[in-house]
Amino acid sequence: MNKLQAIVINKRDNVATAITDLKDGTTVVVSIGEESRAIKLHDSISLGHKFSITPIEANSAIIKYGEVIGYAIKPIEAGVHVHIHNVLGNRGRGDLSKESI
Amino acid sequence: MSFLAYPRPDNSFGVRNQVGILATVACANDVAHWISNQTAGSVAFTHQQGCCQTKPDLDTVTRTLISLGRNPNLASVVLVSLGCESISPNEVAEGIAVAGKDVEQIVIQKLGGSGPALAEGSRMARQLVKKASLLQRTSVPDSELRFGIKCGASDTTSGLVSNPSTGAAVDLLIEHGGSCVFGETTEFMGAEHLLAKRAISPEVGQQIFDIVKQMEQRALNAGADMRGGQPTGGNIAGGLTTIEEKSLGAISKSGSKPIQAIYKYGECPQGKGLFIIDSPGREPEALTGLAAGGAQIILFSTGRGAPQGFPFVPVIKITGNPQTYKRLPDHIDLYIDIENGSSHGFARAGSIIYEEALKVASGQKTVAEITGYSSATNIYTIGPVI
Repeated sequence: MNKLQAIVINKRDNVATAITDLKDGTTVVVSIGEESRAIKLHDSISLGHKFSITPIEANSAIIKYGEVIGYAIKPIEAGVHVHIHNVLGNRGRGDLSKESI
Repeated sequence: MSFLAYPRPDNSFGVRNQVGILATVACANDVAHWISNQTAGSVAFTHQQGCCQTKPDLDTVTRTLISLGRNPNLASVVLVSLGCESISPNEVAEGIAVAGKDVEQIVIQKLGGSGPALAEGSRMARQLVKKASLLQRTSVPDSELRFGIKCGASDTTSGLVSNPSTGAAVDLLIEHGGSCVFGETTEFMGAEHLLAKRAISPEVGQQIFDIVKQMEQRALNAGADMRGGQPTGGNIAGGLTTIEEKSLGAISKSGSKPIQAIYKYGECPQGKGLFIIDSPGREPEALTGLAAGGAQIILFSTGRGAPQGFPFVPVIKITGNPQTYKRLPDHIDLYIDIENGSSHGFARAGSIIYEEALKVASGQKTVAEITGYSSATNIYTIGPVI
């Protein structure tokens, strides 16, 4: 059996978390509930970092733990590093707050 | 299951038996540290508060110092004050003495300065250590244990492995009749609806939403995206993208049991089960809130490898990050393998943590106790310094 490389926590998730350092161009097999899916990486992904397991449209939700963790600020192809360069959070956004000083 | 602990007059049980040298104000910190350096068997707790603050904050400091003094791990207390601070050292001393503990007070300005205060404080501490050293550990059921839980220097392995494993240990303690306190309200943001579902009543659920809203409003008032502050730069380097992601991972350390009540920072919940203490995520303040909340042991889940302990509460640091475990052996007590953890539904990892906690409760030292990394402490206040 191949060593586990990435984890999809909830079957509703659209990202996986790498549990080892993964190289650009690698094909990673992830389990999504009962389903297995092979995803070719378009970026190198460090341990603990996330990649998309499905194409994600701009302004749509990033889902991990089956919950919304933020939204895409640009379209994200499958197999791409998902992090602060293409995702913003919805909470603690004082930069958007009208009540800010 | 059982552990070995020191019985206290208020029917609680200490897993350590130290004399606490508590500074009532930042201006007394050095003398408090000098006394504890001179006195084996004593530990100093210092902070940056206690003067030139508004009433609600001064009340918080007073309440927190009383609760810290009453923590079962302290056999007795020496309060060190300067003499002109805003809070009342007498009120703190009386509050601690209610628990049946010996409390001595020194006032630096009255004693003729820091040198004489060191001499007098050390004399008092020596006597209290001598008295405390006669106490023996006795076997008590694990229902007498209260965990504090914290995650810090997190990365995504925290949410994947060390937090849910810690949560499984918390579930075990609650099933065995014990209790647990947790906080870090900032890290409920984006996950508060899941915690509220676990509240024992709609009122407690609403309180969870309320404390998160208040915490978020304080962050919004700064007029900036809080990312960078929460999640921290280190969190982001570790793969955490937003506060919501950090929160969803963070709350799994609280396990799955019902949430009984919400307490203010510095309060100590009475009774058994799982309690929330409204507190920030930053370590110096968060750990103090857990110690004030009566935790005898703190389970601290970390991804990137936080170093600290607490002066009189053993802090067991747990990681699921194999690179951190290899790189920072003097920051980590326990490693939970990611495949081992998740493939057993975390129950096995929870048992491993639980057994380690009972060993530490019975006297086994943590790495932070051995290295002495324990003075990064503070009390959480929210108003201005004036």
